[in-house]
Amino acid sequence: MQFGIFSVGDVTTDPTTGRTPDDTERVRNILTIAEHADAAGLDVFATGEHHNPPFVPSSPTTMLGYLAGRTQHITLSTATTLITTNDPVRLAEEYAMLQVISDGRMDLMMGRGNTGPVYPWFGRDIRQGIPLAIENYALLRRLWTEDVVDWSGKFRTPLQGFTSTPRPLDGVPPFVWHGSIRSPEIAEQAAYYGDGFLHNAIFWPMEHTAAMVSFYRERFEHHGHGRADQAIVGLGGQVFMRPRSQDAWREFLPYFHEAPVYGHGPSMEEFTRETPLTVGSPQQVIDRYGAFWEQVGHYQRQLFLMDHAGLPLKTVLEQIDILATEVVPVLRREAELRRPAGVPANPPTHAEMVAAARAAGQVHTQAVAAADHWTGRAAEDDVEAADAVTVRT
Amino acid sequence: MSKASIVVVSSGVSQPSSTRLLADRLAEAVSDELAARGRESDVRVVEVRELAHEVVNMTLTGYAAAPLADAQAALAAADGVIAVTPVFTSGPAGIFKSFLDVLDTAALAGTPVLLGATGGTPRHSLVLEYAIRPVFTYLHADAVPTSVFAATDDWAQDADDARSLPDRVRRAAAELADRIAARPPTRRPGRYDGVPDFEDLLGG
Repeated sequence: MQFGIFSVGDVTTDPTTGRTPDDTERVRNILTIAEHADAAGLDVFATGEHHNPPFVPSSPTTMLGYLAGRTQHITLSTATTLITTNDPVRLAEEYAMLQVISDGRMDLMMGRGNTGPVYPWFGRDIRQGIPLAIENYALLRRLWTEDVVDWSGKFRTPLQGFTSTPRPLDGVPPFVWHGSIRSPEIAEQAAYYGDGFLHNAIFWPMEHTAAMVSFYRERFEHHGHGRADQAIVGLGGQVFMRPRSQDAWREFLPYFHEAPVYGHGPSMEEFTRETPLTVGSPQQVIDRYGAFWEQVGHYQRQLFLMDHAGLPLKTVLEQIDILATEVVPVLRREAELRRPAGVPANPPTHAEMVAAARAAGQVHTQAVAAADHWTGRAAEDDVEAADAVTVRT
Repeated sequence: MSKASIVVVSSGVSQPSSTRLLADRLAEAVSDELAARGRESDVRVVEVRELAHEVVNMTLTGYAAAPLADAQAALAAADGVIAVTPVFTSGPAGIFKSFLDVLDTAALAGTPVLLGATGGTPRHSLVLEYAIRPVFTYLHADAVPTSVFAATDDWAQDADDARSLPDRVRRAAAELADRIAARPPTRRPGRYDGVPDFEDLLGG
């Protein structure tokens, strides 16, 4: 079972000091956090994608590409990649490039985004959120699995004879997760493709998560990808730890009160009771997170939100150390001991997916060598080149 | 025929409250009118005051804590609803509106609803028509034509006065009972019922 962290990338004033980092400092802090998580032995670092303040991570593959060069073992991922407002052609290109650069040490998670104005800013209609997620992802998959794509749909300019480059590493696309909190259609989408499903339950009661995961598992089996308990499931989580639980409680309380989303709402007593937020000793985190499998079955990835609400960098790095040294080794061992036979321990790695594709005879290893009919020296040349291609086909 | 489930939403903020008094009168009258039509009923009262913190929390976080989720589920499954609020500052009590704001927008679609309000003076009685009825119209609830406003003076009225409070209660209750009796028991699909198969989503 994998354990990692995900960052929303919020710039929030530290309520205990009144200090606010600027965007540059926050971006650099996120990089430091990711490198620290790698060195500490965590399995995953995932960045969000946002296009509005107070969030800084607008360009995930730039960030993850840098981290691919700076880290050794950690899987680089997203939480989430906006499948609704990004051009699926750019996603195919950017994440294939990241896959090549990281030598397959990456995956990504599709999400629709929950910031209304981002849709119109990128020329989309929020009421089309689900149809956009479905059509864009269908195109993205074709761009990764087919060398030359002819395509037309409702939301994007049609494509004739388009090849997305670089082609996926070893001819096998990255593993994809789909994240959704309340839309069963997205769980259905993940199940249909046999992709992973991550329920970011950090603001929701666990019963809701259990119902959504159970629906995904049933549909995974229905669509013929294996048994329901073999589906690839991830959960979001949120913790703050100190050796003594009362210290954790006292230190985190001011951050809780100011946190985006739930600040000034429920009390921390209510929120820790109703959602997976756990504030206390490492043992309390082990007890709580070590029991979630009872509600969702053995799952493959647990992500924690750690760097938010204005927590200073030093504190975040300490939290990562506590998580990596005191919590994760125990949870990992317990998960492995109770994992049912035939249920994958982890989401598939690149090497495993390549082996599976080779076994099924599905890997195209030859390069897409094609004459360049397109590139001209001036815009006018492009028109002629395009005409030439049109005549020839 | 199964028992009709009646859910009463009472949004008085004091205890005891004249809003709850009116709500109980309405509930009793509806039960009597249903009994006269040969239908038994179960009445459940939701005191919004007791859920006030959870309503605010859900407004901010988007999820309902267990007691609020339970009340919402009862409303969605109700065969008839009686909704009563005090009038504050020429509108419904804010907590009443907030309670409705965090309700699933489909929870009351088609459900017969009786509207009631209380206030210090009859001069506020049209609040029911211009500020409260439109909310239920938006929710596609089936609000009966007679709504019942009880001003302080109504509680001291003679029962044989023209259009006294008991008259209005009876008339509104009969309208609600007629509608409940005329329709099949409420059944609503769950979140996971009727999710289209992915091939249909792709094709659509």
